[in-house]
Amino acid sequence: MEHYTMNLTLKVWKQKNKNEKGRFETYPVKGISSEMSFLEMFDVLNEQLVAEGKEPIAFDHDCREGICGACSMYINGRAHGPWHNTTTCQLHMRQYKDGDTIVVEPWRANSFPVIKDLVVDRSSFDRIIQAGGYISVNTGNAVDANSLPIEKQKADESFAAAACIGCGACVAACPNASAMLFVSAKVSHLALLPQGDPERKTRAVNMVEQMDKEGFGSCTNIGACEAECPKGISLENIARLNREYIGSVFSGSSDKA
Amino acid sequence: MNWKNAFSTSIGKKLQMSLTGLFLILFLIVHCYINAQIFYNDGGVRFTEAAHFMGTNFVIRTIELGLFAFLILHVVQGLLLWAKNRARRGTRYAVSAGNQTSRWYSRSMALLGTLVLLFLILHLSKFWGPNRLSQTTGHGELDLFTMMRDEFQVTWIVIVYILGCIALGWHLLHGFYSAFQTLGLGTSKYKGLLKGIGVAFSIIVPIIFALMPISFYMGWIS
Ligand code: SF4
Ligand code: FES
Repeated sequence: MEHYTMNLTLKVWKQKNKNEKGRFETYPVKGISSEMSFLEMFDVLNEQLVAEGKEPIAFDHDCREGICGACSMYINGRAHGPWHNTTTCQLHMRQYKDGDTIVVEPWRANSFPVIKDLVVDRSSFDRIIQAGGYISVNTGNAVDANSLPIEKQKADESFAAAACIGCGACVAACPNASAMLFVSAKVSHLALLPQGDPERKTRAVNMVEQMDKEGFGSCTNIGACEAECPKGISLENIARLNREYIGSVFSGSSDKA
Repeated sequence: MNWKNAFSTSIGKKLQMSLTGLFLILFLIVHCYINAQIFYNDGGVRFTEAAHFMGTNFVIRTIELGLFAFLILHVVQGLLLWAKNRARRGTRYAVSAGNQTSRWYSRSMALLGTLVLLFLILHLSKFWGPNRLSQTTGHGELDLFTMMRDEFQVTWIVIVYILGCIALGWHLLHGFYSAFQTLGLGTSKYKGLLKGIGVAFSIIVPIIFALMPISFYMGWIS
């Protein structure tokens, strides 16, 4: 495709801090290359704002290669923008044409309070992991990688679930602001492996209890999370989480870890 | 985790919705089968026989109590979840994804369910209510077949019944598969099969139900 430049109008959410009420600000941006990433477009805008003596827009980013999950932006009604299986940093400006207006909002969920502008606090995810997203390993020499036989299919499924980067797009996209896809990915990648077995009976229950405590909504199987997840985490993981949950309720030996 | 709070977490409530929903689906199957007896067009002989059994058998009448309990649980829990989940978003998005990432009926289960409930109240007040009242006051069973024939001559009633069936169909289109997904059966192995059965069920059963008032209205059944 031909390289081209464009002028855009950006409507971006500005919010001073957690407690202040936010509002939309409109910014014209000029001379954006179709080769730029969406975040590079924001860099251009921020440089322009700094040059004008204004405050730049705060947004989260880190790896800029689609693996860290930091770049949370809700773009024209879509988590990470309109591209499938893509984070904001991997969304490119060739998606847009000259004269477009783009509305950018932060993730919106009570459990992800806005810290500033587009930056939200996702530490609720960390606390869910702390509640059960771990395994017990003894210290000492590293065990030979091949000492534990694992079925190829299970290894693959576990790997696919482990691809979750904790970005929170599932919560942002879910009409209920539910974190089930995230939690299911974190439960699944451990539940499928023998290393995850010791805590198996308590993991799902503890993580689900923490998820509820953090104030996420409950899953009604709408599926917007799967449609928006940049890592293609499947709803089958939610089915597995449900099975793990039911399993630990029925197994009887499910005292708190 | 014990039994008591197993059903009170978010997944626990989902299980409540799933299990009560599946029971209501079972009820739909039985109800549909019994009422479909009118299509024999035998002046209601077979239908009346089946309705008599359902209305007087002790076991069935006991299950009926359970059915109402489950129905109420399904409605109350569903509405509570809807209100809670709505509040979890906090500030609403200025631009939302709409149908790009999910189906409208999956997002509208509370609305569709409320429509089905309103229809159900009308429906019960027309047939089940008067019949049980007559039974408990010692006047015996009513002639439900004749009542159907009379009620379904009224245009607005037939229209409301058709709308009720449409709302039920959309509700089931999400609910049927969703119930199994909640039980953990949405795996690559069963997903396709369950979705297929769900779609077929959500279309066929409401159509059979809707054909009942339509058939009387059009005079196909006498
Ligand atoms: S499940 Fe997908 S959308 Fe949710 S946090 Fe993980 S990677 Fe992000
Ligand atoms: S910045 Fe790391 S995934 Fe986008």
